Amino acid sequence: MAQVTLNNNEVDIVIGALHSDLKSFLNEWKPIFSRFHLIIVKDPDLKEELQIPQGFSVAVYSKSDIERVVGSSSAGLFSGYACRYFGFLVSRKKYVVCVDDDCVPAKDNAGNIVDPVAQHIVNLKTPATPFFFNTLYDPFRKGADFVRGYPFSLRTGVDCALSCGLWLNLADLDAPTQALKPQQRNSRYVDAVLTVPVRSMMPVSGINIAFNREAIGPALVPALKLSGEGKFRWETVEDIWSGMCVKVICDHLALGVKSGLPYVWRTERGNPVESLKKEWEGVKLMEEVVPFFQSVRFSQLATTAEACVLEMAKTVKEQLGKVDPMFSRAAEAMEEWVKLWKSVGSS
Amino acid sequence: MASSVSPTPLLKDQLDIVIPTIRNLDFLEMWRPFFQPYHLIIVQDGDPSKKINVPEGFDYELYNRNDINRILGPKASCISFKDSACRCFGYMVSKKKYIYTIDDDCFVAKDPSGKEINALQQHIKNLLSPSTPYFFNTLYDPYAEGADFVRGYPFSLREGAPTAVSHGLWLNIPDYDAPTQLVKPLERNTRYVDAVMTIPKGTLFPMCGMNLAFDRELIGPAMYFGLMGDGQPIGRYDDMWAGWCTKVICDHLGLGVKTGLPYIWHSKASNPFVNLKKEYKGIFWQEDLIPFFQSVSLPKDCTSVQKCYIELSKQVKEKLGKVDDYFNKLADAMVTWIEAWDELNPSAAKSDAALPNGPAK
Repeated sequence: MAQVTLNNNEVDIVIGALHSDLKSFLNEWKPIFSRFHLIIVKDPDLKEELQIPQGFSVAVYSKSDIERVVGSSSAGLFSGYACRYFGFLVSRKKYVVCVDDDCVPAKDNAGNIVDPVAQHIVNLKTPATPFFFNTLYDPFRKGADFVRGYPFSLRTGVDCALSCGLWLNLADLDAPTQALKPQQRNSRYVDAVLTVPVRSMMPVSGINIAFNREAIGPALVPALKLSGEGKFRWETVEDIWSGMCVKVICDHLALGVKSGLPYVWRTERGNPVESLKKEWEGVKLMEEVVPFFQSVRFSQLATTAEACVLEMAKTVKEQLGKVDPMFSRAAEAMEEWVKLWKSVGSS
Repeated sequence: MASSVSPTPLLKDQLDIVIPTIRNLDFLEMWRPFFQPYHLIIVQDGDPSKKINVPEGFDYELYNRNDINRILGPKASCISFKDSACRCFGYMVSKKKYIYTIDDDCFVAKDPSGKEINALQQHIKNLLSPSTPYFFNTLYDPYAEGADFVRGYPFSLREGAPTAVSHGLWLNIPDYDAPTQLVKPLERNTRYVDAVMTIPKGTLFPMCGMNLAFDRELIGPAMYFGLMGDGQPIGRYDDMWAGWCTKVICDHLGLGVKTGLPYIWHSKASNPFVNLKKEYKGIFWQEDLIPFFQSVSLPKDCTSVQKCYIELSKQVKEKLGKVDDYFNKLADAMVTWIEAWDELNPSAAKSDAALPNGPAK
């Protein structure tokens, strides 16, 4: 069984602020967040001043800060939900935990408050097992192990680079699904963490994630922006695109991606029927990218996340650019992002 | 879209329960409320002269070694003796669409609310709803009540694939190998994970035969549990072997494999020293077997399970024969198994149509 220590100095918590009043949000998280350093990035399109309560060690970045650091032309990468990527860029910690500003702590089946930071860090600090599926899920959890028939040579696992958490109450469903089932809420607390197998594609929701910035930071790319992108998750695909890039890059670099615990409680917001009007663009785009991601390959030279992103950007431009100009723009954004990462993100 | 809630059909005339036993069938008493509507196929291992008592009120057929020899003649050599691998004989003689197999030391478990789990009903639910092998759904089985596909899940993949296998889990004694059992003799699985999920295409897993259901029409011939037990150099790899063969064939034919719920209560911990002797060779051979199965490629003209399986047996002989002569014998036994299967299931042998492409029912 793995022993994991959580060192405050290893973690930054990045919050993309799409709402100006963060008082109740941050007060709900205080018992869990207050020991860590927070990076709050204000959506450049948000006009009002941010309201942040006392008691946190926090660095706040707004539009002028973003423009100062990356220049006004690149600042366009960081609008809406993508503002949090700026936080990933300026962080200097090994681990980043990122939660949407409409989420609060959840409770487990025993009624205990879930500490998602602790769980994410455990996920990131214990090995992932992408090459063979363990039917008892995470073998490194207390009370579990590898099952009979699991090859011994694969039991050391690989480093986990990305931890994808889940959501109770308002799950991350797309607008058509939520609109068809307006009363549906996620009340099932599934007590498992598992490694998503190598070569398996998955939708990485940006609502509740954590990652090893040193290993994979540049691979979380703020690249795919819908022309009608809005301020509800139903009106975005930036995180889905980013997640699919991260997954194939992790697969290539022999790093792991875990999914499952921790849960956060996602509060009610928005109207899926309203968002339906904007949704279809994203839905259509997803259909185009599946065969692309299934077949993407990297060269032997791509041994870092940056190199992988650059190779991907090229292939995206070549193969998907002709399908929709949005992909050409995404490829350019990916290249720009790597440039920024080299100049701003590493020092 | 995920289906709405509707009662799970019993399927009592479409499902057989296959139980291998060498001891007794006392455990059936606890399962009576759930199993009594179904037909049982008991495969009696070991001494055929021993009388196995089946509790009153069950509809069953029982086969001992003499029956197996009589029915299969020389082909009986492919059925293991003194190992629960003999259960696959039950799959072969069944005439039903679905099989549920369970070990005789597995009992009814309780869910966290204290309610008894109807394992068979959950397996049926799993088999009757599609799998999603091409894209991982982070909310697990999207067809479960209260769940669905998450944002970003491509709509073109939401019909899923037909489910061929439902792999259940176990509370209490976990299914560990001998070395792990020796290191952690007291560990018990107390964690109830309330999820069913599809194992992605291209990913292998250790399939445990303790609590397993499958669609015999879709995948039956792949469920050969190998040569184990008496006269064989290995044991406790029967279900593993079947699972690896089944998974590569399912991946090739576009069928899904689910794992997770339901849980049963596994009561008996087998002797880890005895287990170590049985598994010993497997622990080494596994290191060659896994790369073999991970790189298996089946030609396009393998459009039926039998064709896939025969092709697999050729590759086993070619690539694993050099690991140990056992694999030459196993490859031959795989062929014998298919021949026996086709003999006992003639209409299935004639139709080697590709699987239906329509939406799952």
